[in-house]
Amino acid sequence: MKKLLTLIATLGMISAASVAVQAGPQQDLKEFRAYYKERFPDVPFNDFVNGVYAIDQASREQWESIEEFPPYELNIDNGKKLFETPFANGKTYASCFPNKGIGIKQNYPYYDAKAGKVITLEAAINNCRTANGEKPLKWKKGPIADISAYMAYTSRGKKIDVKVPADKGAMEAYERGKEHFYAKRGQLNMSCADCHMYNAGNRVRADILSPALGHTTHFPVYRSKWGGLGTIQRRYGGCNKQVRAKPYKAQSVEYSDLEYFETYMSNGLESNGPGARK
Amino acid sequence: MRTLPSILTTAGSVLALAGTLALLPTTGVAADAKAESVVEQGKAIAFDRKKGNCLACHQIDGGSLPGNIGPPLIAMKARFPDKAKLRAQIWDATKANPNSIMPPFGRQQILSESEIDKVVEFVYTL
Ligand code: HEC
Ligand code: HEC
Repeated sequence: MKKLLTLIATLGMISAASVAVQAGPQQDLKEFRAYYKERFPDVPFNDFVNGVYAIDQASREQWESIEEFPPYELNIDNGKKLFETPFANGKTYASCFPNKGIGIKQNYPYYDAKAGKVITLEAAINNCRTANGEKPLKWKKGPIADISAYMAYTSRGKKIDVKVPADKGAMEAYERGKEHFYAKRGQLNMSCADCHMYNAGNRVRADILSPALGHTTHFPVYRSKWGGLGTIQRRYGGCNKQVRAKPYKAQSVEYSDLEYFETYMSNGLESNGPGARK
Repeated sequence: MRTLPSILTTAGSVLALAGTLALLPTTGVAADAKAESVVEQGKAIAFDRKKGNCLACHQIDGGSLPGNIGPPLIAMKARFPDKAKLRAQIWDATKANPNSIMPPFGRQQILSESEIDKVVEFVYTL
């Protein structure tokens, strides 16, 4: 937190005094949004769900033509089929989720006080399987991404609403995720914030850096580079590798806390997954 | 140019080497050619994505598709009258700016000391 505060203070985004009094997730959220609003005054708040395409007109047009025939359409269909296919015991995924799993993606990840950890949508999918005597799926792509894509699809238009309850474990998970986001790492010594906050909109070589605000709204994502769909934690691994940091395992505490923080920071934006990216 | 001395050393004695050099009419030219090759090597290291990858962030004369995270590297002699300061910036940019996104090439051993020397020579020509 201290690091962030000094950074923001030196950047002159807000007065240091107002922060010192009331820190916490809600205050963080306000500052986070204010930062992007100041950096991209012409981008309407909800447009941040479109990642780099919210801030770069040229690549936006390419992307819009891709979205006319979405490359993830078959994934949604397959995800729906998998979602509705009963397990060996006759039950389905619907039995594990509130509202039978329809239109709920905006509430994930959440902090599960009983389990003492953050549960992402993918973790909930696999928990559902194991609770019903099925083997867990692999985490980063394939069937789990398809199911997640289908569930995200049924949540389109719903506002991200992730909570950090006044619970010691939840607060700690949030703080760890936040620390991960702002801490420099890897041989190249860069933080997520270095690229996706302080340099959002700038170019690394030819790649324009997306704002972190809205990062999580459109996952899972069909990425041309992957030639398929991947979960957000698959992407985290890629970004860690870019700075020559050893990536964590998908669904590790580290990445789930990071996803918790990043998603909380996108509260109020509309869910629009699955998405397509280059 | 680099291979010349090594061939000579393997071929003969140090005395023979000294003799050959002494016979060369213009040793100054040889030194210039060597200096140029250090600059060329520095450029190659600076442009290599697996080495300096400076183009990820800086516009540099002769490099394509540069990023724009850092300032264009131009007029370096004017910006850094003291070459040691330029080397220090490349060795560890976080000294001058603790929040710098620029990788600390020396401190984190991303480049070796001699690679940094070469990059400095190259950057100093910009
Ligand atoms: C060296 C710069 C760099 C660092 C450091 C970095 N990223 Fe990225 N990241 C990129 C680039 C380039 C892309 C692809 C273009 C884009 O969408 O931003 C990307 C894409 C992403 C995306 C996908 C965005 C989308 O709309 O699909 C996410 C999510 C992401 N990064 C998260 C992170 C997180 C979390 C961290 C820290 C653990 C991180 N990144 C660190 C450069 C970086
Ligand atoms: C990930 C981004 C990044 C990379 C890679 C990078 N730099 Fe930088 N560089 C910066 C930024 C940003 C600055 C501005 C000062 C600061 O924040 O440290 C800078 C500043 C500099 C300066 C000082 C410029 C001035 O006029 O004050 C020099 C010289 C420099 N970089 C050289 C290099 C060289 C040489 C390499 C490659 C070996 C390199 N940089 C790689 C981001 C980068």
